[in-house]
Amino acid sequence: MTFREAIRKAMSDEMAADRNVVLFGEDIGVYGGCFKVTEGLWKEHPNQVVDTPVSEEGFTGMAVGAAMMGLRPIIEIMYADFYTLIFDPIVNHAAKTHFMSGGQFCCPITVRLPEGSGTGHGAQHTQSPEALFMNGVGLKIVAPSNPSDAYHLLRASIRDNNPVLFFEHKLLYPMEGEIASSPIEIGKAKVVRDGLDITIIAYSHAVITALKTAEILEEHGIRATVVDLCTLNPLDKNTIWQQVRKTGRVALIQDPNGIGGIEAQVCAAICQDKETFNSLKCQILQFSGKDTPIPFSKDLEKATIPQPEDCAIEILKLFEN
Amino acid sequence: MLNSRYFEEKTEELFKAGLIHGTTHLANGQEASQAGLCMALDDGDWIVPTHRCHGFTICNGSWPVAMFSEMFGSRLGLAKGLGGSMHMPDKQVCNLGSSAVVGSGVPLATGIAFYQKFQSTGSAAFATSTTQNPRELAPQPVKNMSVAIFGDGASSRGSVHESMNLASIWKLPVLFYCENNHYGMSASSDKMISIDRISERAAAYNMPGKLVDGNDLEAVYNAVKEASTYIKEGNGPYLLEVMTYRFKGHSKSDRRLYRTCDEEQMWMLRDPILLFEQKMIDCGYVTKQEVLDIEKQCHEYMEVQAKIALEKSNDKLSAQEVEKMVYATQEDRK
Repeated sequence: MTFREAIRKAMSDEMAADRNVVLFGEDIGVYGGCFKVTEGLWKEHPNQVVDTPVSEEGFTGMAVGAAMMGLRPIIEIMYADFYTLIFDPIVNHAAKTHFMSGGQFCCPITVRLPEGSGTGHGAQHTQSPEALFMNGVGLKIVAPSNPSDAYHLLRASIRDNNPVLFFEHKLLYPMEGEIASSPIEIGKAKVVRDGLDITIIAYSHAVITALKTAEILEEHGIRATVVDLCTLNPLDKNTIWQQVRKTGRVALIQDPNGIGGIEAQVCAAICQDKETFNSLKCQILQFSGKDTPIPFSKDLEKATIPQPEDCAIEILKLFEN
Repeated sequence: MLNSRYFEEKTEELFKAGLIHGTTHLANGQEASQAGLCMALDDGDWIVPTHRCHGFTICNGSWPVAMFSEMFGSRLGLAKGLGGSMHMPDKQVCNLGSSAVVGSGVPLATGIAFYQKFQSTGSAAFATSTTQNPRELAPQPVKNMSVAIFGDGASSRGSVHESMNLASIWKLPVLFYCENNHYGMSASSDKMISIDRISERAAAYNMPGKLVDGNDLEAVYNAVKEASTYIKEGNGPYLLEVMTYRFKGHSKSDRRLYRTCDEEQMWMLRDPILLFEQKMIDCGYVTKQEVLDIEKQCHEYMEVQAKIALEKSNDKLSAQEVEKMVYATQEDRK
């Protein structure tokens, strides 16, 4: 099953289980969604798939109000870049609902955001804006890297009584994989490769970069652990601490640019814990997208995000002496 | 109306005495708009007020002690003291609470209407467009509606216009209730809005729009009743513009430099409470003395409410309790 199909199946299974699960978004019906993720859902669940006008702020705010009453809406934002239009309903309203109502209301809404570059769509259709939501208290943020996690985490997101932002890297849509029988929970990171020399921490598409980097390192006799964060908020600090202490060396890889990013938060977490901090044998390496908007041309676009070969060269320098 | 007025007067007094932290937005002068609306609602109709929410909250049936307590920041407050003057949600009486982002409560209210129609018709089929055009569906009667309350200032927000379009294509049971008090903070609606009557904007969204004297309780009540009937027959949204005036400034820091004393005086002569009392006396329903007695009774009632809240005002949530309020648990909704 592909990543795309896993997301579709997660939505379909939840819609079948709960009539309150309703999907809203632009061109998600007959068209099948901009990335064909919702293809055919309207046939399976004719009363739960709602095509909306181009009114991201309006329909998201509407879904927030409906969620407070009893609906479990899923919102598809065509490109994650349009996050700017939903900031008010999500950050100022959904995220604060439980708190500001003194616990009277909750807001179980899931926002699906296809993100990432590599598609040649220019700087307003290729961003990965998860970091901009990290500071919005009251949100949960999920960014899976494979079909199985996507399936289980999306189902958990829909069932969660809090607003969840679900980031789907567009390059992952065709990725094939089996759906594991044991579900992964929101808030838990995963060790996807085990090695004793260095711990590489990544999430979403960058997990693939991390695994490729680990393969190159292995050719040079360096054994890497790779941690897939899966959930960005709340961050699984325990797994991070445990896996860093194991090797004493850390490399962080993320696709979006670095300023104020997820890696900075992971770095802070590592430095907060005395035992983990003391276990470090060298500086922490940070590989992130360049601090530029994503360029259009193919080669430049690729050069903007970290590549495995470049990461491996820098990591190998740690072992030179 | 009297309870609203005395609540605002007491609030102002408590602020001036330094007993309440933060800011407040008083609605003295807008009581007929608040009472007229709430009196015309049926059980199960929801409201989403504006940041100037005290009057709507009182008229919709909330406990004044819990409202004063909210402003004292105590545990007894409607939002456990986490919201303050602008945030008084009360699920028990179908009040979602206000957004303090002007105009952002309107899509939330539209969402309530979506859910009401969803509950009433059994699914979201009324909004799906793959095999039908939802605009062409026959009206489906609904039991309840949602009221999106907003001011003249908010009428310029994109979220308001987007909500009106959404509500119209899916025939959602929402009353867009524009409380035009002539000023968005200091900005006069004459200068900031491209047309003279906000209600005329209804035409752009294929819904009825009506203008009503917001200082006339009976007129407001009748207009809301008429709109409610139209909406609950399943015809879709309705825009009601209610013309009124706030006697006080925008918030407690406002020196009102943007308007004249003459203008204020003119509106004070049209005080909605005085107009209604006079009408009741003229019709022979009450005597002048009875009016004075009712005023005294309401005034004393609100004094007692404030006193109870003040006595309990030191009972606040602990920092640990506050941290636990950020996320809902899975027990909150199963």
